[in-house]
Amino acid sequence: MKDSNYIIEFSHISKSFGEKCVLNDVSLYVKKGEFVTILGPSGCGKTTLLRILAGFGTVDEGEIRIAGEDITDVPPHERPVNTVFQRYALFPHLNVYDNIAFGLKLKKVKADEIETRVRKALKMVGMTDYEWRDVNSLSGGQQQRVAIARAIINRPQVLLLDEPLAALDLKMRKDMQMELKDMHKSLGITFIYVTHDQEEALTLSDTIVVMSEGKVQQIGTPTDIYNEPVNAFVADFIGESNILNGKMIRDKAVEFMGLEFECVDEGFGENAPVDVVIRPEDVYIMAHTDSGQFEGVVQSCIFKGVHYEMTVLTANGYEIMIQDYNAFEVGQTVSMIIKPSDIHVMRKERMCNKFEGTMVDATHVEILGTSFVCNEVANVAGGEKVLVEVDFDKIELMDNKEDGTLMGDVRFILYKGDHYHLTVRTENNDNVYVDTHDVWDDRDIVGIRIQPDDLRITFV
Amino acid sequence: MKWLFKLFMKRSSWSFPYFLFLLVFVVLPLVLIGIYAFQDDAGKFTLANFSKFISNPEAANTFVYSIGIAIITTILCIVLGYPAAYILSNRTLCRSRVMVVLFILPMWINILVRTLATVALFDFMHLPLGEGALIFGMVYNFLPFMIYPIYNTMSKMDHSYIEAAQDLGANPLTVFMKVVLPLSMPGVMSGIMMVFMPTISTFAIAELLTMNNIKLFGTTIQENINNGMWNYGAALSLIMLLIIFATDLFSDNGEDRASNEGGII
Repeated sequence: MKDSNYIIEFSHISKSFGEKCVLNDVSLYVKKGEFVTILGPSGCGKTTLLRILAGFGTVDEGEIRIAGEDITDVPPHERPVNTVFQRYALFPHLNVYDNIAFGLKLKKVKADEIETRVRKALKMVGMTDYEWRDVNSLSGGQQQRVAIARAIINRPQVLLLDEPLAALDLKMRKDMQMELKDMHKSLGITFIYVTHDQEEALTLSDTIVVMSEGKVQQIGTPTDIYNEPVNAFVADFIGESNILNGKMIRDKAVEFMGLEFECVDEGFGENAPVDVVIRPEDVYIMAHTDSGQFEGVVQSCIFKGVHYEMTVLTANGYEIMIQDYNAFEVGQTVSMIIKPSDIHVMRKERMCNKFEGTMVDATHVEILGTSFVCNEVANVAGGEKVLVEVDFDKIELMDNKEDGTLMGDVRFILYKGDHYHLTVRTENNDNVYVDTHDVWDDRDIVGIRIQPDDLRITFV
Repeated sequence: MKWLFKLFMKRSSWSFPYFLFLLVFVVLPLVLIGIYAFQDDAGKFTLANFSKFISNPEAANTFVYSIGIAIITTILCIVLGYPAAYILSNRTLCRSRVMVVLFILPMWINILVRTLATVALFDFMHLPLGEGALIFGMVYNFLPFMIYPIYNTMSKMDHSYIEAAQDLGANPLTVFMKVVLPLSMPGVMSGIMMVFMPTISTFAIAELLTMNNIKLFGTTIQENINNGMWNYGAALSLIMLLIIFATDLFSDNGEDRASNEGGII
């Protein structure tokens, strides 16, 4: 597992703020000279991970090593890393020169060497002749450049960048992305870059680490992550995608949208339920013809600059998103083809909700911290440990939270062509997975109800 | 009626009462001080009031002594107030809001009441009244005016500056010396303005805490005016005003930053 080539090693890092677990057993190994991006939605723990590496946060469990040395308890000023902060954090009482020279002056570097190095750093970020300017008089982009110069001048082993381009406008962001990439090449320093912008991550990185809910979901090259997402979350977060329920009929044959398709995946077993991911640009769309694999009716068509984005309702009632250079009129019947290599099949993380529970009495079971009414179970004294299974579509969500047996909020929404797959977080931080045709919004507070018939109870 | 309504709605009309107040109670007295200071009893132009001040060692000595006391008070306030403000602004002390109120609480009580209480306290503890008591009373009275602006600047300071300094290799002491201290200077400047200027002109504290044994410049002015020597008193006031004006200029560069970063004035 361990390799001396690794410059950064996070081993089994866990961290909680009060009740809330922000990092859950995160392990991550970074090779020297890599450009690694930690990508995830806000609140996924990515910034916490970066702050732990910089030394601004402590870990509850686990170990961090830089260049083989355990730095878990080393204070920030003794770590061989430098950070570019999201809000730049340039010292307002110092000018550009003194801001950049701050680190070198602390290390008691000779004055003439400081001067050469500051000029070199300024040249590198394209800010020559700005030495004596007041930092408050600089634009956002210029402040960002100074912040980068201030960090790289110390020649750290690792440069940490915390959403450094988030505050810049689109055009400036694109320019800075290219400059950062060039800088990474010429400096040869390991970059750890935190962002929630998937496009930025795909453009810049050698390796992308996708995080969600305090866990690493997938680590891989941009191409891997885009083409072979390991689960529905990654597929949904990186780029646009159609995610559908499917069934692996046998090797190299998968069924979804009620049709059988040829694919390239093997080894799932016969009739195994799977998630199927199809990128919108991988669906070939054409005027109605008999040579298509399936057909549908165009529901909407929006011009997106380079391509058109269309929603097509198939004959079996599935909605899929398609991107193509040609526009098709709304209401037009079209035919579509998907190549076997463009069908990405992923094993389902779960088939139904599984909760550990306790029998209260013959007609009540306690799961998710609440007592639910169930069908009468024979020979129950109370206190028996049980496993309760509930199908995704058997969980009812209520607008009015008082109507439910317990309360939760919608955390993650996945559109699966003909229904939504929701992750609902209960008050006790348990996840309940729900299939529904109703439209809910992220962070909606809902009441959760389960009918007695739908609780499948087995003793353990 | 319409013109009246229009006049009423204009914002500049609303400022008129304030303008009038300032004219009568601030500008006019200042002008009068200026005129009186250059007149003799008969109302003729003279510089005698100023030459009397320079040639009269007693008044000049009181003047220098007052400035000395004011400087000592200000320095003591900084020495005591800065650490207090630093501790109060520390966010890990979750009860710091309560602490701040406790420190500021004396400001809500009348200065004379507090000073009389100090006299009673010194009596009770059998401590002599005099110079020591005077400085104690001054510091006690003006300390909150030093703590609050510094606390204000510090608690509004962006924590990421401290993290950036740590990140660049600064140990806790260097972080304080190179980042926290310079960034809190606007607060210290406001504090100096709030303490130094009032202490020069104070006389009630000096009278009560020294049993009238030590005279401050404020006392001298008050005595002269009480004894009907309006012209000499005006000249002394003018000299004091010039000194205050000079400290104001001296701390001018700090002041605009203080207003940006939440000083008390």
